[in-house]
Amino acid sequence: MTSPSVINSSFSSENSFFSELVQETFALTRRLFLQLLRRPSTLIAGILQPLIWLVLFGALFSNAPDSLIPGGISYGRFLGAGVIVFTAFSGALNAGLPVMFDREFGFLNRLLVAPLRSRSSIVLASVIYITSISLLQSVAIMMTASLLGYGWPGLTGLLLVLVTLLLLVFSVTALSLGLAFALPGHIELIAVIFVFNLPLLFASTALAPLSFMPGWLGWLAALNPLTFAIEPIRAAYEGNFDLGIILIYAPYGEVNGFECLGVLTFLAIGLFLLIRPLLNRKLA
Amino acid sequence: MNSIELQNLEKSYGSVRALRGLSLKVPQGCLYGLLGPNGAGKTTILRIISTLLAPDSGSVHVAGKDALIDARAVRKLLGYVAQEVSIDKILTGRELMSLQGDLYHLSNEDRDCRIGELIERLDMNDWIDRRCGTYSGGMRRKLDLAAGLLHKPRLIVLDEPTVGLDIESRSAIWQLLLELRGQGTTVLLSSHYLEEIEALADEMAIIDNGDVIAQGIPHRLKEQLGGDRVTLRVREFSDENEASHVKKVLEGVQGVRQVVINRLQGFSLNCLIDKDEVIAQLRDQLLQEGFSVFSLSQSKPSLDDVYLQATGRTLQDAELAVAGIRDFKLEKKKSMR
Ligand SMILES: Nc1ncnc2c1ncn2[C@@H]1O[C@H](COP(=O)(O)OP(=O)(O)O)[C@@H](O)[C@H]1O
Ligand SMILES: [Mg+2]
Repeated sequence: MTSPSVINSSFSSENSFFSELVQETFALTRRLFLQLLRRPSTLIAGILQPLIWLVLFGALFSNAPDSLIPGGISYGRFLGAGVIVFTAFSGALNAGLPVMFDREFGFLNRLLVAPLRSRSSIVLASVIYITSISLLQSVAIMMTASLLGYGWPGLTGLLLVLVTLLLLVFSVTALSLGLAFALPGHIELIAVIFVFNLPLLFASTALAPLSFMPGWLGWLAALNPLTFAIEPIRAAYEGNFDLGIILIYAPYGEVNGFECLGVLTFLAIGLFLLIRPLLNRKLA
Repeated sequence: MNSIELQNLEKSYGSVRALRGLSLKVPQGCLYGLLGPNGAGKTTILRIISTLLAPDSGSVHVAGKDALIDARAVRKLLGYVAQEVSIDKILTGRELMSLQGDLYHLSNEDRDCRIGELIERLDMNDWIDRRCGTYSGGMRRKLDLAAGLLHKPRLIVLDEPTVGLDIESRSAIWQLLLELRGQGTTVLLSSHYLEEIEALADEMAIIDNGDVIAQGIPHRLKEQLGGDRVTLRVREFSDENEASHVKKVLEGVQGVRQVVINRLQGFSLNCLIDKDEVIAQLRDQLLQEGFSVFSLSQSKPSLDDVYLQATGRTLQDAELAVAGIRDFKLEKKKSMR
């Protein structure tokens, strides 16, 4: 019997830094998508939950007095932007979970003994994965919302919506990945996600306008990053693509569209810079 | 030339001093065994070599490269098979190997060809396209081993590769390790099984309490002890009291060394004798003290005797001493990244 030799000539080709970085990042991202395909329940739940909200909340407030929403639009239309943002937000908040499981089950060690070109590819794969999933879910919600008669922002609007969501998803993903490396286990991570999730939704303009809120809540909502994502999207839905328009009449002053996106950009960059030392240490 | 050179390694986990100035050289092309009881520090050594862990002090060279400076170079030429198999339950074995191939930057053709080769060699065809979550312990080990060999490393490091495996899987792995060595790969494995090291290792080191207590070629180490090993019982199942009495008697006989009571074997007694004649004297002495010899066997010294000589206890006793004390869950949690 001739068995194939276990080692013959060794593989020795050394490719460019960039192509190897792409190869490892692609492989790690592919793994996350394979996991998702084999366990699609989280994806399905991530789309179903906001849809249920859209239908239930829309129905709940369908007889709300016109004075509730400034500008006299229906509550369903008002709610759409909030639900889209919340979908992307809660999807991104879960970004850290796969990483946490890899830490706990020792799979991360398999990645760390490999000669990765850069260990950022582990983080990068998570960012690519969660961004695609979040945007996918959001677009699914947008399409359903449009079927429900809550409107469609048009192509320019869609672009504005996606850019806004992208900035928010980056920020929240950074936060979640940071937590995934900082916390001791998945139980703690899930607890933190649980605690963050709904309060951030309620303390934003997703469900009700600022003018409707008591003073203290108005302050919270006007500082909540979700609000800075919701308002430009809401404006886009109303056909308002001019970012110079004032979108938030906050207790501390007026905020226009550019400033909203600016805050989100600043947040995304800031959070990535903030978690960098932690990631460097954990992945050293 | 040496494939691995460790010098004065120190490593503590909090207040636990796991390595105490340990130095070790593994020659190239050698199948090298690290033998030691649970808690000796084997995993710590292997994790340091594979760049997963940095020592508190000391130096680590693999194939001439400083692992503490050029870790990536070391990772490229080394395959590491951890003590705890880490697989992704949702992926199939083939997908896991494919991922591994990409992490080692093999070209697609090389990767797929190599995966096919290893599936064939390790007889994984029937199940490799099933999800890893369904695999038995033996299958997981094989897959893990195949993943470690995927990039054709010059050095493969295996941490207790056959623990908990059935005899068939174990011998398949032994076979493969010998074959690898035959092809010029340096193989470093740790084990707390005497038979495994006896069967495989060209050279070995005995690790105890974070340091090397003996090293060399297995049969040399045994020869160096000199004499023969004797196992003796004064009745089938004795007790502590009687055994310690017998121990005293034996220690009084000239030419008898290293008398120990083996509590796990019905309080039998083990000792080393310098020459055959000692046996007759030993029987006489026991008779005079009122003991009869129930059974007595004589053999060449084993690696266990080498360990016994150096530490004053058997491997099995050392193993038992830590069993139940170590909190593996907590250790795992602490060593999490
Ligand atoms: N993460 C950890 N935290 C605390 N102690 C540890 C940790 N890992 C290992 N140890 C201790 O270090 C010593 C050596 O452990 P290890 O290298 O795993 O030995 P072996 O592999 O020979 O069983 C043991 O006493 C063990 O309890
Ligand atoms: Mg160990």
